[in-house]
Amino acid sequence: MTTFANALASAAVVVTVAAVVVLWRRRLRSILVALSIQGVALAALATLLGAHEHDGGLLAVALLVLLVKALLIPGLLARVIAATPGARETDPLVNVPASLVIAGLLTLVAFVAARPIVALVGGPTGRLVPLGLATVLIGFFVMVARRRALSQIAGLLLVDNGIALVAFLVTSGVPVIVELGSSLDVLFGVVVLRLLLARLTAAGVRDLDQLRSLHD
Amino acid sequence: MVYLLFLAPIVAGFVALVATWQPAVAWLGTASSAVVLVLGVGFAVRVESSGPVGGGVLRVDALSAFMVIVIGAVSLLATVRSVSYLTEEVASGHSTRRHAALYSTLVQGFIAAMLLAVAANNLGVLWVAIEATTVVTTFLVGHHRTPAALEASWKYIIICSVGIAVAFLGTAVLYLAGVHAGVANPLDFTSLAAHAATLNAPVVRLAFTLLVLGYGTKAGLVPLFSWLPDAHGQAPAPVSALMSGVLLSVALSAILRLRVIAVGALGPSFPRVLLLTIGVATLLVAASMLLAQRDLKRLLAYSTMEHMGIMTVAAGVGGPLALSGVLLHILGHGLVKGVLFLDAGEVLRLEGTTRIEALRGLLSRRPAVGALLALGLAGLLGLPPFSIFVSELTMLRAEAGAGLWWVAAIVLVVLAVILAAILAHARTMLFGPSETATTSPVSLSAPLGLALGAAVWLGIVAWPLAHLITLAAKVVA
Repeated sequence: MTTFANALASAAVVVTVAAVVVLWRRRLRSILVALSIQGVALAALATLLGAHEHDGGLLAVALLVLLVKALLIPGLLARVIAATPGARETDPLVNVPASLVIAGLLTLVAFVAARPIVALVGGPTGRLVPLGLATVLIGFFVMVARRRALSQIAGLLLVDNGIALVAFLVTSGVPVIVELGSSLDVLFGVVVLRLLLARLTAAGVRDLDQLRSLHD
Repeated sequence: MVYLLFLAPIVAGFVALVATWQPAVAWLGTASSAVVLVLGVGFAVRVESSGPVGGGVLRVDALSAFMVIVIGAVSLLATVRSVSYLTEEVASGHSTRRHAALYSTLVQGFIAAMLLAVAANNLGVLWVAIEATTVVTTFLVGHHRTPAALEASWKYIIICSVGIAVAFLGTAVLYLAGVHAGVANPLDFTSLAAHAATLNAPVVRLAFTLLVLGYGTKAGLVPLFSWLPDAHGQAPAPVSALMSGVLLSVALSAILRLRVIAVGALGPSFPRVLLLTIGVATLLVAASMLLAQRDLKRLLAYSTMEHMGIMTVAAGVGGPLALSGVLLHILGHGLVKGVLFLDAGEVLRLEGTTRIEALRGLLSRRPAVGALLALGLAGLLGLPPFSIFVSELTMLRAEAGAGLWWVAAIVLVVLAVILAAILAHARTMLFGPSETATTSPVSLSAPLGLALGAAVWLGIVAWPLAHLITLAAKVVA
């Protein structure tokens, strides 16, 4: 294995491990740190790919990813935590050990589901695609297995980062303009969610547990 | 030339943002919808005579022109109603002028995003446009700022963000297939469709599944549909009308375009099985929720799911006949469902509730509102002479004609069950002992009556849209 392949694999592994950390840790602050590290790893991976393929656009995307995913979004969410007293920890619906076992199973599923892509892409990038899919699946699981509003946002960000990882690996990034659009959309989404949380607080709703009024 | 489409909504939205809100600002929004409708007709004439307009990222073909007409027609209806809705909200102190202005801006943004989605010839632009509709409508759903409305908008943005993320993954995977097959513009609908046969089949299978699940979330299809009844139940009536009447169909039209690529790469059987499964499952969920429904707005929301299910099944069958049925259904359903949601909004304003049990005797107590509800429901259930009757018959004929008798049979049985369920609910709401008769202002009844008239016209003569629908169906058949 070349140094390039090793570095690429390390960055991808960090992305997936960070997803597992989000599932494992209960303190919301630790979850934000894990998300931030995941953003750094994604940016590093994009930089590696950009340098390897002499693609300036990809380097610009890497910088954008670093700004949005490693700094801006975790920063915005940290202010939400600071503004909500008494919401320091997640509230797992599925306990942590069981969650970790399920994360393991989801990773296996990801390896099976990614086979057609691995076969088509091949090489040092293709074989890392299952790690991206595993991150996506763990993100879905975080969204259903954790109760706090912030955990749902964290799950959504994991899904998004996992998809970004897959996109970088299979195509060296979809065209810059699309990547740009998607990063900005994610930022928009988080801003919207944060505004919505503020309105919920203003309407006297403390957390999602109280949101049970709509059903058939 | 295609950029003209976005001019009116952008101007109207911008004016609403900077000017102090007053009814004239809302009327400007109505004017903008009228311009969109006129442009849609203009593009249709142009496409019919000399083929698609534009190229590259934005391109208006027959299907786009048809969808622009649908967007223009339903948003005209919804923005006319928005004027009186906002005026009342401001007068009664439920909304500040600032909220009303924000509402007007967001509605125009919503319309612009849908126009971008139907004119996009690029998978990336399509994705950005559909994502933009989610971001914009979240605040519209939560416009009332009650805990229930905010709960609905939270659910809406979380679930739709998941869906749209899945669609992005599908887009990236399809792009991968395009790059490996050496397609010149691997995000371009037209290039991908032209070179579909050279794409790697297992990868396209994965991509198409992800794209259908992802955009299916916005179209109210199984499995990620649970945002739909809450959002439609809580949003202001004109917003529900826009979402149910057009937004869901815009997402469906994206699936129709993607199906062309999937059929080219995989042959007809995989897309057919996938769409039939999802469509039938959506129909069954909708029917089961309609049976014991207790709320009028949620009833209408689940009925939208039902109609999306019917159209998805027909899209799965494929062929020009089935697809022209789907397109006629999109327009007919958009008009009728728009009328019904606006009428339900009027019911909520007058009665203070949309609980079916609480609405007894509506027809004698409030004749105008009750009659519109009765006619709208008749149109929705596909009774002749409404166009839904024609389009449902067309889709069933196509299903039977393709040798899929059992599919037609399932759809017919579910339709019969839903007919019985909705008729029972309608009887509860419309008939019963009456106390006082009151009349609604003509300003509301007239546009709704006109829209129902258009749905009937469409069912009987179909002129002048028949040729456009045939052309548009060919694009995605």
